Amino acid sequence: MALIGTGVLSGMGVVFKTFLETYPWGRVVLRTVGVKPTNGLVTVEYPDVKQQHAERFRYFPFLVYDQTPDNLRCVACRICEQECPPQCIHIIMEKDEQGRPVKNHGRTLPKVFDIDTSVCMSCRICVDVCPFDAIEMDNTYELSSEGRFTEMIYDKQRLLKSDEYFHSIHPEEAAVVDQRLAAKKAKAAPSAPSQPGASPAAPPPAI
Amino acid sequence: MPLSQVWQDLDQLFVHAKQFLLGVLPEPWRPWASMVVTIGVIAAIAPAIMMYLTWIERKLIARMQNRFGPTRVGVYGLAQPLADGLKMLIKEDIVPRGADRLLHTVAPILAVVPAMLVFVITPFGRGMIGADLNVGLLYFFAISSIGSYAIFMGGWASRSKFSMLGAMRAVAQIISYEVPGVLSVVAVIMVTGTLSLTGIVDAQADQWFVFTPWGLVGCLMFFLSGVAEVNRTPFDMPEAESELVGGFHTEYSGMKFALWYMAEFLESFAICAFTVTLFLGGWHGPNIPFGIVAVLLGMIIATGSRLPWPVRVLGAAAMAGALVLWGRQPMPSWIWFFTKTYALIFVLVWFRGTFPRLRVDQLMGLAWKFFLPLALVNIVAAGLWVLIPNPILTWVLSTTILMASAWLLVLANKPAPLARRTYVLAD
Ligand code: SF4
Ligand code: SF4
Repeated sequence: MALIGTGVLSGMGVVFKTFLETYPWGRVVLRTVGVKPTNGLVTVEYPDVKQQHAERFRYFPFLVYDQTPDNLRCVACRICEQECPPQCIHIIMEKDEQGRPVKNHGRTLPKVFDIDTSVCMSCRICVDVCPFDAIEMDNTYELSSEGRFTEMIYDKQRLLKSDEYFHSIHPEEAAVVDQRLAAKKAKAAPSAPSQPGASPAAPPPAI
Repeated sequence: MPLSQVWQDLDQLFVHAKQFLLGVLPEPWRPWASMVVTIGVIAAIAPAIMMYLTWIERKLIARMQNRFGPTRVGVYGLAQPLADGLKMLIKEDIVPRGADRLLHTVAPILAVVPAMLVFVITPFGRGMIGADLNVGLLYFFAISSIGSYAIFMGGWASRSKFSMLGAMRAVAQIISYEVPGVLSVVAVIMVTGTLSLTGIVDAQADQWFVFTPWGLVGCLMFFLSGVAEVNRTPFDMPEAESELVGGFHTEYSGMKFALWYMAEFLESFAICAFTVTLFLGGWHGPNIPFGIVAVLLGMIIATGSRLPWPVRVLGAAAMAGALVLWGRQPMPSWIWFFTKTYALIFVLVWFRGTFPRLRVDQLMGLAWKFFLPLALVNIVAAGLWVLIPNPILTWVLSTTILMASAWLLVLANKPAPLARRTYVLAD
């Protein structure tokens, strides 16, 4: 018969080892008695220290533009608006007085493009459905603010970010997108060679 | 007592300080002033102890769970208890509809008062005791069991099922564990022949009782019963948050809730303090010069990298001063007492970090089927210890009796192996 209480004592031993592991001097003590300590503390003290997140980390969508902010890829087709599961995207196309869509760089463009940060669930469906690779996922996550219907609704100006930025946060994904856009352009080029402004610029160098 | 002599003896520092204070007053006032000073000191120390017990507990349990614990408010989170206290004070006090308002208010107060009264007879050091009652031990058990009334009152007055269930469990548990708790102390009373706590501590000058067979068993039983009486993990059935939300204090909020917690922490402190007093030698300790402690403390303060500079310099200077003043004196009795008590508090937290909660039947079984018989055997062992003069014979005899009975009790309490169940499915 095992001695009474050995299980209890060994359990307490495990806890005590964990306790010691969290202190530098405790690790020294453990090493002296011949126990190999692990780094006990796994807490990252968030506001002071920030964790390095993985490249695939995504949080909130943004609109991609090439070179200048008015040259945005989005054509206001509203596919993402319809596909977004929580319905947090709101798009109105830019139209002139007669109600005809305004074209810029040969494309229609949105007048209003709002995304509600507090409703978006970071599902990335908008990115997947966009036929023009105009919307991509950002990796900033400190979006909290007090204005529920002001600051937390991101309008077009705040959503617009450059292609370079996209390359800097998601290099792998951006390279794939660039390839796809280049292939599309090559296909479109023979049939409509003179379309002004439609050709996206040469992909910027990957960062 | 002149002021110049107050500083001489570190061990008696507080005693002399009190005598000096009283000496200033005219003769007829002194007995009253003495009472006021004692009561004032206890009333001031008890909340301070409680506040920092919460900090200590949170820090230790956090480390046992690979966390930091409070770090944000103040250096090392040291101002956290103050922030918590402030928060509790300004919180709304909610009394459920249909609750008994009077009892709902009285209950937490009734819980705190006995917890503080126990401090009166705690011997904190040589001569540092509020009132040296000759029935001190009796007083301790009488006063500390009032807490169960408070718990039941609170649970009943809340008019909530959770509170009521928690209170019923608490009463069942406290009453059950009081029996082995008291019986394990009977051995101490038999050997020392006194109920006075000063007398019991004096009797341990040569040998702490924990280093005798009956003392070890008694100490373990007293401590564990105490843990159960103050409803701490692993015996926290009355407030099992996974089953009863909060048990008897489910319906309490704000300062009343804080009072419940204060009572609980003070009682835990009292249990540790009394285990130290009764079994671990009270304020006695090996003869270590105080200088070593001063140097160690000074080093810790001076190298505390998160402390602000002035604190580090001042702390180190104060410790250097203490070293010069009292360096060669033996370690003061009150430091021994608090060191041992806080070591036991560490054990309490350690229990909480290690053990899951017991089931109700296991909990009751432990009290009635294991602790109670073992406490009775322990009394026999202590009796042999007193009667047989030959030390070797007593050691062998009482050890054998205790080990054999513990082993037998474990065997007797083994649950019968259940027959293998066979399920007959539909034909
Ligand atoms: S990530 Fe998902 S929820 Fe957010 S905007 Fe895109 S589709 Fe909507
Ligand atoms: S982001 Fe893409 S899917 Fe959404 S409206 Fe613009 S082009 Fe269409």
